[in-house]
Amino acid sequence: MHHPASLPPLAPANVNRMRTPELELLWWEGCPSTQKALAELREALTDLGLEQSPVAMRELRTDADVRDAAFTGSPTILIDGVDFAAAPAGDATAGEPEPLGLTCRVYRRRDGRISPTPDPADLREALVAAAQRA
Amino acid sequence: MNIHEHAPGFELPDTQGTTWSRDGDGAPATVIVFTCNHCPYALAWHERIADAARNYAGRGVRFLAINANDADRYPRDSPEAMKRRVTSEGWPMPYLHDATQEVARAYDAKTTPDLFVLDAAGTLRYRGAPDSDYDDPAQRASWLRDALDAVLAGEEPARAETKPVGCSIKWKR
Repeated sequence: MHHPASLPPLAPANVNRMRTPELELLWWEGCPSTQKALAELREALTDLGLEQSPVAMRELRTDADVRDAAFTGSPTILIDGVDFAAAPAGDATAGEPEPLGLTCRVYRRRDGRISPTPDPADLREALVAAAQRA
Repeated sequence: MNIHEHAPGFELPDTQGTTWSRDGDGAPATVIVFTCNHCPYALAWHERIADAARNYAGRGVRFLAINANDADRYPRDSPEAMKRRVTSEGWPMPYLHDATQEVARAYDAKTTPDLFVLDAAGTLRYRGAPDSDYDDPAQRASWLRDALDAVLAGEEPARAETKPVGCSIKWKR
């Protein structure tokens, strides 16, 4: 099984201490990346021994949905209610904030490539952090 | 629009105010690329399409990029934002603004990107994606290049139509 170089597989003892984070995938029908994002999320969960974790799917259809969810594009993955790929508040290096809208979200892979889905290594790192939170 | 149909004519302005039309003043082929500024698929494929434009320019092939997205709802697709991209990225093709979306509708464009290859007579010879994988730069827009090579050789593209892949065009409401 492949693991990103920066994140070695968790030791069994650590896996036993992991909690199950709440996961939600926000999606919009105009963007074809939903299934790929879901598959990569499930693969990351399986890597971490969290394959039983439920993933709630929420479709956004209207501008009101966008405003309510502060939606910057499909797919958006919430881990414990937080957009794991959003720049931290006050991050001066983050640049211009992403506008809200029913659109496809632009991610950057760790190698700099543009992608319609998050870098699996970033996703896995965020899941590990959430699963190990007390 | 179907393969072998005559493509609809149009006149659209680019980011410099120059008007472009479907008819190519003797160009042996014209590639029309519906694209935009904010779609990850369009962005991921952009350099491959631009490289093809540079590579085929010497053979007289015209590339016209068209942005038809509703810029009111998606300000990143505004004419000003288009102009900034062309300037900062050194585009090898004009970037046209289809403000009324009539051209996109006439071509039945679905996504960004969505490519249409026309021969010298304005007949549609290929329609679809640049290649099989937006995530693999090594693909080098091979479906587009294969279609262009066939048209330039006076032959039928072996693969005349593929499914366009990308973000839906943002139609006005």
